[in-house]
Amino acid sequence: MVTLGHFVLPLLLLGGAITVEVQRPRGVPLSKRQFYEEDKPFTCLDGSRTVAFDRVNDDYCDCPDGSDEPGTAACPNGNFHCTNAGFRPAFIPSSRVNDGICDCCDTTDEYNSGADCQNTCREMGRKEKEELQKLAEIAEEGFLLKKQLIQEAKHGLEEKKTKLEDFQKNKKDLEANVETLRTVKEAAEQPEREAKERHLKAWEEQKAAIRLEKDRARMVEVLLELDDDADGFVSVAELQSHSELDPDSDGSFTEAEAQGLLRGMDKVDAVVFETVWNNIKEKYVSESNADIPPPGETPPDETRDIVSENDSENYPDEDIPEEEEDDDDEDDDEDDDVDDGDYKAPPTTRTDEKKKDDDDDGPMPPYDQETQALIDAAQKARDEFNEAEKALREVEDQIRNLEKEISFDFGPSSEFAYLYSQCYELTTSEYVYRLCPFNKVSQKPKFGGSETSLGTWGKWAGPEDNIHSVMKYENGMGCWQGPSRSTTVKLTCGKETVVTSTSEPSRCEYLMEFTSPAICQEPARFDSGHPDHEEL
Amino acid sequence: MSWMCSVMCRGLFLRRMGPVLLVWLAVCLGGTWAVDKGNFKTCEQSAFCKRQRAIKPGESPYRALLETMELTNTRLTLQLINDNNKVRLLLELYRLQGNITRVKINELKPLKPRYEVPDVLIREPPTEPLSLLSQDENGVVLSLGPESQRVIVSARPFRLDIVEGRDVLMSLNSRGLLGFEHLRMQEEEKVEDGMWEETFKSHTDSKPNGPSAVSLDFSLPGVEHVYGIPEHADTLKLKTTDSGDPYRLYNLDVFQYELYNPMALYGAVPVMLAHNAQRTTGIFWLNAAETWVDISSNTAGKTVFGKMLDYVQGSSETPQTDVRWISESGIIDVFLMLGPTPREVFSQYASLTGTQAFPPLASLGYHQCRWNYNDQEDVRSVDAGFDEHDIPYDFIWLDIEHTDGKRYFTWDPHKFASPKEMLQGLMDKKRKMVAIVDPHIKIDTNYKIHNEISSRGFYVKNKDGGDYEGWCWPGSAGYPDFTRPDMRAWWASQFAYDQYEGAMENLYTWNDMNEPSVFNGPEVTMHKDALHGAWEHRDVHNLYGIYVHMATAQGLIERSGGVERPFVLTRAFFAGSQRYGAVWTGDNAAEWDHLKISIPMCLSLSLVGISFCGADVGGFFKSPSTELLVRWYQTGAYQPFFRAHAHLDTPRREPWLFGPENTALIREAVRQRYTFLPYWYQLFYLAYHTGEPVMRPLWVEYPQDPATFALDDEFLLGRDLLVHPVTEEGARGVTAYLPGKDEVWFDIHTFQKHNGGQNLYIPVTMSSIPVFQRGGSIIPRKLRVRRSSACMEDDPYTLYVALNNQRTAEGELYIDDGHTFNYEKKEFIHRRFSFSNNVLSSV
Repeated sequence: MVTLGHFVLPLLLLGGAITVEVQRPRGVPLSKRQFYEEDKPFTCLDGSRTVAFDRVNDDYCDCPDGSDEPGTAACPNGNFHCTNAGFRPAFIPSSRVNDGICDCCDTTDEYNSGADCQNTCREMGRKEKEELQKLAEIAEEGFLLKKQLIQEAKHGLEEKKTKLEDFQKNKKDLEANVETLRTVKEAAEQPEREAKERHLKAWEEQKAAIRLEKDRARMVEVLLELDDDADGFVSVAELQSHSELDPDSDGSFTEAEAQGLLRGMDKVDAVVFETVWNNIKEKYVSESNADIPPPGETPPDETRDIVSENDSENYPDEDIPEEEEDDDDEDDDEDDDVDDGDYKAPPTTRTDEKKKDDDDDGPMPPYDQETQALIDAAQKARDEFNEAEKALREVEDQIRNLEKEISFDFGPSSEFAYLYSQCYELTTSEYVYRLCPFNKVSQKPKFGGSETSLGTWGKWAGPEDNIHSVMKYENGMGCWQGPSRSTTVKLTCGKETVVTSTSEPSRCEYLMEFTSPAICQEPARFDSGHPDHEEL
Repeated sequence: MSWMCSVMCRGLFLRRMGPVLLVWLAVCLGGTWAVDKGNFKTCEQSAFCKRQRAIKPGESPYRALLETMELTNTRLTLQLINDNNKVRLLLELYRLQGNITRVKINELKPLKPRYEVPDVLIREPPTEPLSLLSQDENGVVLSLGPESQRVIVSARPFRLDIVEGRDVLMSLNSRGLLGFEHLRMQEEEKVEDGMWEETFKSHTDSKPNGPSAVSLDFSLPGVEHVYGIPEHADTLKLKTTDSGDPYRLYNLDVFQYELYNPMALYGAVPVMLAHNAQRTTGIFWLNAAETWVDISSNTAGKTVFGKMLDYVQGSSETPQTDVRWISESGIIDVFLMLGPTPREVFSQYASLTGTQAFPPLASLGYHQCRWNYNDQEDVRSVDAGFDEHDIPYDFIWLDIEHTDGKRYFTWDPHKFASPKEMLQGLMDKKRKMVAIVDPHIKIDTNYKIHNEISSRGFYVKNKDGGDYEGWCWPGSAGYPDFTRPDMRAWWASQFAYDQYEGAMENLYTWNDMNEPSVFNGPEVTMHKDALHGAWEHRDVHNLYGIYVHMATAQGLIERSGGVERPFVLTRAFFAGSQRYGAVWTGDNAAEWDHLKISIPMCLSLSLVGISFCGADVGGFFKSPSTELLVRWYQTGAYQPFFRAHAHLDTPRREPWLFGPENTALIREAVRQRYTFLPYWYQLFYLAYHTGEPVMRPLWVEYPQDPATFALDDEFLLGRDLLVHPVTEEGARGVTAYLPGKDEVWFDIHTFQKHNGGQNLYIPVTMSSIPVFQRGGSIIPRKLRVRRSSACMEDDPYTLYVALNNQRTAEGELYIDDGHTFNYEKKEFIHRRFSFSNNVLSSV
């Protein structure tokens, strides 16, 4: 310890250890033995200082790099070397020397702590050897399997490429076919449309004529009804008896107002009444059913409110049905309603009105034979075209899937290709975990409940030199206050393809261990240079 | 809905309950992180607070009836009468040893007894003689002992003034705000809203005893700085409350608390310190009911210039702070601690409520916590991670998920199937564990703890006499009545090794949720009309936490036959909680402001006796940036209770998960902590011995230097270490105030010397933790940082001798076995060092 001026004097107060003589200073590896020559001053290994040799391992730190205390805990950054004969040698931090905890299997780190350490190096060496042997066997078998997988993947890939070519050729034919049928379809649809329009127009005209006739009939009826004194004229007084006609609806239907309606005259005859009629027909209530609102009349307030609310809130603007008069194509309308299942059914008042209108006009007459023939022909062309298009889409899908599979990174020799479109499960005490490589990971409670996505295929995520050792699945179901669930799949060499464990080390971040022969490396020859030979 | 929020906040049922709760969640959180203030009462919403606060300063209706005065050797009694309703009160006045005056006011003849707080004072405080100096029809003057201190009792209106020489130290009822709602029959008087029933949100408080609030004002002439009354997430120097709510003391489980406001939090210590350059005093308001504290000041609104102008013109009125305490029930029992130095106030308060429990040395090391370490394998691998990255730690913690379905004292049969094996693994590394034991007990007839409590009738009762049931982590739960000594004794017995299966001597305890937290209760706590025997929960609320803590600590002591010191962490606390262990500042968040507030929050606790304080390192809610996490480790390493903790839903944040550079920064911060353990231990011994806080505001050591009075971004550890942690994001430097014109301070890393009495700008990098050792001090350290504190037991000490301008230094070293009570039998070494004339000597 360096004395730092006269202001701060770090002093060693207590403690101290006995330095025990050994062939080389305690804690020094053979490789560094030459730097510790007894009876010669010791130079710190970083060259920073030279001290008397008796300061080596005197339990006081002199060298900034800790090299003067290889066998004690004195230096904060030092290392202690355990020979560990029978196992493999190791460096441990100086702070673990004599801390009462056995770290070196040869017990050399606890020479002065009273800890009761047993030499376990031979045992550990044996175990490690067995373990390594086992791993080597697995690796060997796994590697053989991997070779097969690579072969299979190669064949599979070729097959797929051939298939892809076939599909691509097929696709071209189908495309041509679709184009041909499109022309046919369009050619058939033109006369169909024209014939339909003609039919429709004829019916429109017919309907208008019928309506006009009805209106005139009603006008005459009303004229007769209004003309109380049957003089052939409608007078101001006669009109006033129908308070619903009050133009400003203020509760008093004045003479002036009535006169206004009669175009300034005291009474009008049937001819002039025709012009008056247009102004009053919306409001007019027949005397025979004065308590029932006439068709087309504004419904009572309550109903109106409901209707208007529904209009504005339950229907998006574009879905507000057109005025009933123009609403001829009833079939289409109904289809729309079905499609818009999200919205409430229209209020009943509307349906009633519509029905009345339909009843008035009657259904559209069937198409004439000629038109029907054109429609049938066009429909056939459409069906054929749709069929062809569907076939093309299917082929395109297959091409896309194949291209995706072919371009997938299945490892340097496509050894992981066999996992594609497979799934592997692991059942724990609570859940069933399911890994579908290159697709998704999910978790399902064992005793019922819905499946939770733990991520979909993201990427290979191993270290740079071994990127294919880890798979990452991302963007699973979101977590409260956390990220969306994700899963890291660690691959290890194994003869079988199995999910061996799952855990959730951090909330919503899952870890899966997965064995597969595809990750097995060519085994190094086992007996070459086992490290425990170094210092025997 | 608040309880639902709480449930979600700790994310308990999320995975299993799916979409239904997700909908609730959206409603609860509304996308913000702040506390839902609507779940907690304002003064306006708390009927008694509103009633009392409506009384404005003026002439008090209370009059002292001097003819009823009785003076014995130890106390004075006197009746007070309220001229408005003729109700009489009994005033008792005691002179206590050590310069403390106690004032008690109760009804002379209450309809039924009013609650007086038991178990908080360590004994009936010893008295000193009072003597009558003079008496006339206006009042009496009593001598308070040697220092020409007197108490003047004025009769009409009633007020008390404590004077020393010509100075008034403190006046009571000088603003006429003494309020004492006498117990009455319901039909007796006009009924105001909230007197006999009160509803907050969906909860109705039945209030069978009617109004019972007490309140009193205190004037502090010459005082501009008041401190204490934790727990609030606010500055060290308390603010005036004229424009908002008073500071509230009502132990509550506040979800995602907000900073810089007077809202109540998990604990309550009704102790306020007042300080100016001449004197420090304290007020200890011994009442466990819901309490509000108003603070106003005649100088608060003035600018520095305004004050200066007053001074120059000589027109200044004396600065004065006025304080008013309002409690919902009980009596007025107040201890006026008259200082005059900060140290004397600490010792006066310690003489009343005791000192900090002397913790096991290991508990001063680093604690690694997370909600939750998933299983034994997880614990093993985190433990191994610390060795792999060469970071020391002493305790690893298990939160609620370690139990079998939130049944405390049990272990999850799958995840923690062999707890003893796990604990043995830690013991082999000389490390320890803390497992949570909360006070809510799952109602389940297959659960032994529930059955025993239930059959012994130990549960708190609801207003109708049945067992009180609330909703908490386990679902429906009962709450043991910890106010009962027989219940506490039984609880303590449950920690015995033959009762608590799987426990070993290196397993310690954490009491959470002991406000108590009741998810579906009013303000997430217990109904005030629940019953603890004869008393309402209203009377004892703020004591529930300390009783849980007390019984648990007792259990840990008893399981070792009284040999081993306990370690118990609590979230709720009250005056006296220092006697039972450590506290932490609850569920904070991974935000820079939360790092900053950890300093004033712990300083405020330190001032009122609770030294063993810390904040969750890294922040509980949310995920800290790497920079924030590193800075938090650096700050936490120099705060008394040093524990990292994280919410269940946050990503993992063990120290080695942020790249080698940050691992090294965190390792270095933790290692600095371990090198200072001898100093920490000595400070805790001092706190145990004398009541002096471990972590101190600067003004405590430099009481005459007004520049220190409001500092709360730096602090002292003991007298000799000054810490100004970096708490700003992206900081390039900090400005630390180095106090003491005659002092010198040494940077502990570079040994560079700086003069005191200056603001020092210190450039910082990510590795900087600005810490200074006072010249004239000797600090013992241990530089061989090992796996855990226990591994360092036999290591040598290194003394850091920092010389002052006179080239001398003094210090001390305390050593004992680190974990037993044998220090009580004097089995320790306590040496004092001095250095002068280039010689270090020791006695």
